[in-house]
Amino acid sequence: MERRTFFQKAFSIALPGGILGLMFRSRTARAEEREAPTHYFGMGIQTEKCIGCGRCVEACKDENDVPKVPFFTRTWVERYTIKKDGDVVIQNIDRMSDSQSEGGTDRDMLRSFFVPKLCNQCDNPPCVQVCPVGATFKTVDGVVLVDEKRCIGCRYCIQACPYGARYLHPEKQTADKCTFCYHRITKGLLPACVEVCPTQARIFGDFRAIASPLTRFKRMNKIHVLKPHLNTEPKVLYADLDGEVR
Amino acid sequence: MNNPLFERLYDLLKQVQGYIYPNEIEVHWSILVVVYPYLTGLVAGAFILASLVKVFNVKEVQSVYRLSLLTALAFLLIAPLPLLLHLGHPERSYEIFLNPNFTSAMAMFGFVYAWYLMVVLLLEIWFTYRKDLILWAREEKGGMKWIHRLVALFSNDISEKALNFDKKMVKGITIIGIPSAFLLHGYVGFIFGSVKANPWWSSVLMPIVFLFSAIVSGIALVIVLYMVITPMRGQKIDMKCLDTMASFLFYAVIVDFSLELLDFIHRLYQSEESIKILSTMVMNKLFISLVIIQVLLGMLLPLAMMVMIRLLKVEEELRKLLYFVSVILIQLGIFATRWNVVIGGQMFSKSFKGLTAYKMEITGLEGLLVSLVLLILPFVVLAILLKILPAWDVPKKEIAGEAAA
Repeated sequence: MERRTFFQKAFSIALPGGILGLMFRSRTARAEEREAPTHYFGMGIQTEKCIGCGRCVEACKDENDVPKVPFFTRTWVERYTIKKDGDVVIQNIDRMSDSQSEGGTDRDMLRSFFVPKLCNQCDNPPCVQVCPVGATFKTVDGVVLVDEKRCIGCRYCIQACPYGARYLHPEKQTADKCTFCYHRITKGLLPACVEVCPTQARIFGDFRAIASPLTRFKRMNKIHVLKPHLNTEPKVLYADLDGEVR
Repeated sequence: MNNPLFERLYDLLKQVQGYIYPNEIEVHWSILVVVYPYLTGLVAGAFILASLVKVFNVKEVQSVYRLSLLTALAFLLIAPLPLLLHLGHPERSYEIFLNPNFTSAMAMFGFVYAWYLMVVLLLEIWFTYRKDLILWAREEKGGMKWIHRLVALFSNDISEKALNFDKKMVKGITIIGIPSAFLLHGYVGFIFGSVKANPWWSSVLMPIVFLFSAIVSGIALVIVLYMVITPMRGQKIDMKCLDTMASFLFYAVIVDFSLELLDFIHRLYQSEESIKILSTMVMNKLFISLVIIQVLLGMLLPLAMMVMIRLLKVEEELRKLLYFVSVILIQLGIFATRWNVVIGGQMFSKSFKGLTAYKMEITGLEGLLVSLVLLILPFVVLAILLKILPAWDVPKKEIAGEAAA
């Protein structure tokens, strides 16, 4: 009888313990078991170089089969206008044709600038954490991707992204977002948006490279990331970012 | 552009106030995701009312014990439907069971749901009804006999020992059931409360607020059902039972209200970056659904009525009327609560610089009509369940006879 109760007790401790153990064996741990990757991709953005031409947005939509309507985009450019009375007006330059005048006249304007936005390829990505089926994942080279064959279209990742970088692809009915043009960068090419930028406001590169434009960008600039308080650890870095940018 | 979705979004674009990120125009979690937490809340609430009888020995509500259990089951069976219909790829939904990502609160759905359905509700109902099923099957002929035999899983033992075992099991399951009911609705709250990107949702209080509003809505629902079904059966409403349920409801509403008030004051006092856009949203987009329906009509008015019933000795007929009106108002209020959480959380931009709009479809898959069907369906299921498993007409003579034998 005593032996029986001993086994009962041991089993009741071992079973939940085992389940907990399985739960905490996270996906990242398994990724680290694989061979060490050579790359760790990131992007640097120099907002003062951006002229708001929107060619990056167009190039991205062409390259990645993004619907050509203003509600779905993998990258976009915001125009900030800070007025003398402290008001901040933000516009998406894609839609500026409708609302050119919103920025006000030159006279009440204090400063104005453009900010290109895209998926921040977070190192601690909330979208990957919440995906119920693991369709959104982080590759060994640091890029967050969506497996469209596995995504069930629950949209939890869209809710979890603090940057509004995700949308539900209207035809595929799966989550979609910037991939850093993964099909290009794995062949040694640049992402489409970086390639077409006429002022080199976007700098793409490998954080692990000893000498690269991205390394130089990091050395020469004061670096900031978007919403650092959320601890998402973005891999899209901004040089001299204005405090008004959200 | 002939795509109806695009047309709808172009229409919404005109209603955007301030600045929102371009991908934020579409409200991703629509009315169906409002219906889901509303249904699970009713499940958890109805079960907790049932467990008052078994665990806390509240004899007055014994007569609604079975009704509460069956209500919980009927609503639980329908609860996953709105989620399933809302998926972009419902045909892949099984992935959530087969290939869950353990860091996702949503992936836990499969486990929590299966646990609650299989281990808690079905088992408790089976052990509760087993003896009656056997007795009914012995009396009956034809189809119903076989249905009852099948539901009893062909068990035929109603000896003293077996019945005692049933009783012990019911009590045990209820004890597991209470934390499970808490888990069921607490986890739904956690799905929202753990989204750090969204200040309207991100709150440690969220699961607790969800839980208490669930208890409120569940008790209110069973009161409605009791008050409607009893006269339909030609029986008299047991005022002791009704008063007891109403008094539990009263305390639950007070706790729920206090928690929501605490959440409100906390946000206002902390006055974080999001406070400006959230106040604009509450005063513009959510004024009717939050201030008028959820707080005034759904909470303060029923509370005032219940206080009145307690202070003045209101006579029976008026009391019934007041109870009925207040539980209907409470249902409306709790539905508005779910609406304000789910839709409200998507009305403001994560840039905190603007508001988007939501226009509910009428006919589409994510529209009003489908939602209404999903809200009515649990009552149909309940009617069928009550037909197979009557919650009242237990053959008392038979039981007494068997016990004597």
